[in-house]
Amino acid sequence: MSTAAQRSPLPIKLLTNGFLIFWLILAAFPFLWTLWGSFKVEGDFFSKANWANAIFGRLTVEETGGSFTGDGYYGAWIQEEFWRAAMNSTILCFCVVTISLTCGTLGGYALSRSTYRYAFWFLFFALIFRAMPPITLVSGYLLPFYEWNLWGHLYTTVIVLVAINQPFTLWMLHSFFKNIPKDLDESAMVDGCTRFQAFRHVIIPVMWPGVITTGLFSFLLAYNDFAVTAMLLSEENQTMIPKINSFLGTTQTKGNVMFAVAAVVSVTAPLFVMVMVFQRQIVSGLTAGAVKG
Amino acid sequence: MKHGTFFWFVFPSALLMLLFIAMPIVSVVLQSLYVQHEQVLIEVENCSLFGCETTTSVDQEATRALREAEPLGRWAGLDVYLNRAHLATSEVAEAWSTRESLGDFFSGLYNLPFYRALAFTLTYTFIVTPLTIILGFFIAVAVNSTIKAVRGPTIFFSLLPFVITPLVGSLVLFWMLDARGILGAGLQWLADNPDLSVKASTPLMWIALMIYGVWHSAPFAFVVFYAGLQTVNQDTLESAMIDGANRWERIRYVVFPHLLPLVTFVALIQLMDNFRVFEPIVSFAAQAHATSLSIAIFTDLGGETRLLSSAAATSVLTIIGVAILLSPVMVRTYRDFGKD
Repeated sequence: MSTAAQRSPLPIKLLTNGFLIFWLILAAFPFLWTLWGSFKVEGDFFSKANWANAIFGRLTVEETGGSFTGDGYYGAWIQEEFWRAAMNSTILCFCVVTISLTCGTLGGYALSRSTYRYAFWFLFFALIFRAMPPITLVSGYLLPFYEWNLWGHLYTTVIVLVAINQPFTLWMLHSFFKNIPKDLDESAMVDGCTRFQAFRHVIIPVMWPGVITTGLFSFLLAYNDFAVTAMLLSEENQTMIPKINSFLGTTQTKGNVMFAVAAVVSVTAPLFVMVMVFQRQIVSGLTAGAVKG
Repeated sequence: MKHGTFFWFVFPSALLMLLFIAMPIVSVVLQSLYVQHEQVLIEVENCSLFGCETTTSVDQEATRALREAEPLGRWAGLDVYLNRAHLATSEVAEAWSTRESLGDFFSGLYNLPFYRALAFTLTYTFIVTPLTIILGFFIAVAVNSTIKAVRGPTIFFSLLPFVITPLVGSLVLFWMLDARGILGAGLQWLADNPDLSVKASTPLMWIALMIYGVWHSAPFAFVVFYAGLQTVNQDTLESAMIDGANRWERIRYVVFPHLLPLVTFVALIQLMDNFRVFEPIVSFAAQAHATSLSIAIFTDLGGETRLLSSAAATSVLTIIGVAILLSPVMVRTYRDFGKD
């Protein structure tokens, strides 16, 4: 359904569509290129002679016999034990998302229902905390964590990430709960429920769309974090992102940057699937904060 | 909601934020006022046939014992803030008094690590933020005017640079920009200079980092603006057209005012996120050409000897920077919310 105001003359149509295609190439091409290149040998991915080698894999054929090779993946996952990092990442993300959402729904619900002034101040401070760069907080953690032997453990990092995540989670869930009519839980309370029972039996069944969206962003924060995980985890507890960074330090000298390329593709794949499945929720989450101001 | 119930509902969140955000800020401020104990020196007198001589050596055991007993170190007041690695007051004063021109003074400043990091951080923040908003706006307008069927896939691909791990996304770009990668080779061909390398040139490195920044966050601006465009009042648009407004005027006087609150929202989030620019510099291995405040803290913390008080001082300065940067927005938010 297009109204007269939306109809555009041909040159403008060409211009906008041309621009769109340009942007799509910009957005997607780097990933396709790296995915393709991760099955080649280093001499092809970084080709001194001709960049086209990365497409046709001349050296890959010479060195391995086939035009695709899984050496990078074997090296990263088995030889350098990337699977361990992947397991740590899974545990970390699962715990962070669960704990964040549990605390966040309780807090966000209370903030959306309270009419007192302090609820505003609570959100205001959360906004200030959201602005803190995580690395500045990390320099505050190190000394006490060393002193109390908390440094290096996975669960310490989980709690830290949950805390850093809280301001954002609270804001987002607060705006979702605002959209759930007050009458719903208030009528349950008139019928004799306590506040918690009203929350448990009336709000929880209808809150899932908002919780799923917020959960996706909590997951992204935990999965994508580098500053906190790189500084607070010991080597055997490392998650995938700091592990990739350590590949760059150690394996580039060995001439095996392909391990890092394979690891990068492995890290990207789950995110790719996530966007594909939850596109609608991610979009609604990005706009939720904006619409509420 | 009753005070008591409210308290118990927000208690877990409040406790977490108090312990792991508010307390670390206190801890950072404290650490920045102390420095690590110096090594304990002892004088030993060695006597030999030709007389006695005293040598000083480090008493390892006493040093360790002292450092363990007082992990915070000794009181230093504002010394750490004023030393060469941070505000460098004496160096700045000297550069000012011996300056030949204003440019000379600024290049003197640029040689000091803190000001170098600050210069890049601010440049990055104030170039990337507006560019992100502009690019995001154009993508939103373009997507909004294409046929419905292609919008879904377009949004899918557009989201990728935003959702991707920053460290990974910048690595992907960096490998392509490598002199032996496709973009690096393309640049050499364009500039007709086979020795051109992004890694070796400071201006190119800055540009590459900023391009990454815009590429990474444009999708966010796009999605927000795109959602805003869906709610533009079609009647207003059509009546503007009937009144003789051309395409540009319709965008200027109907669409822009409608999107303005969204622009402030995106600008707020982008200022916060760009000020902490960190991962791309790590992936681009660009520390020699560009450092940011976050990178300065990270290098202090990550070295063999962890320079905790130096990192803490930079952290405090960064927090003050964030506060100054966001104060106008915070005041606005405060006023807007104060109304209801």
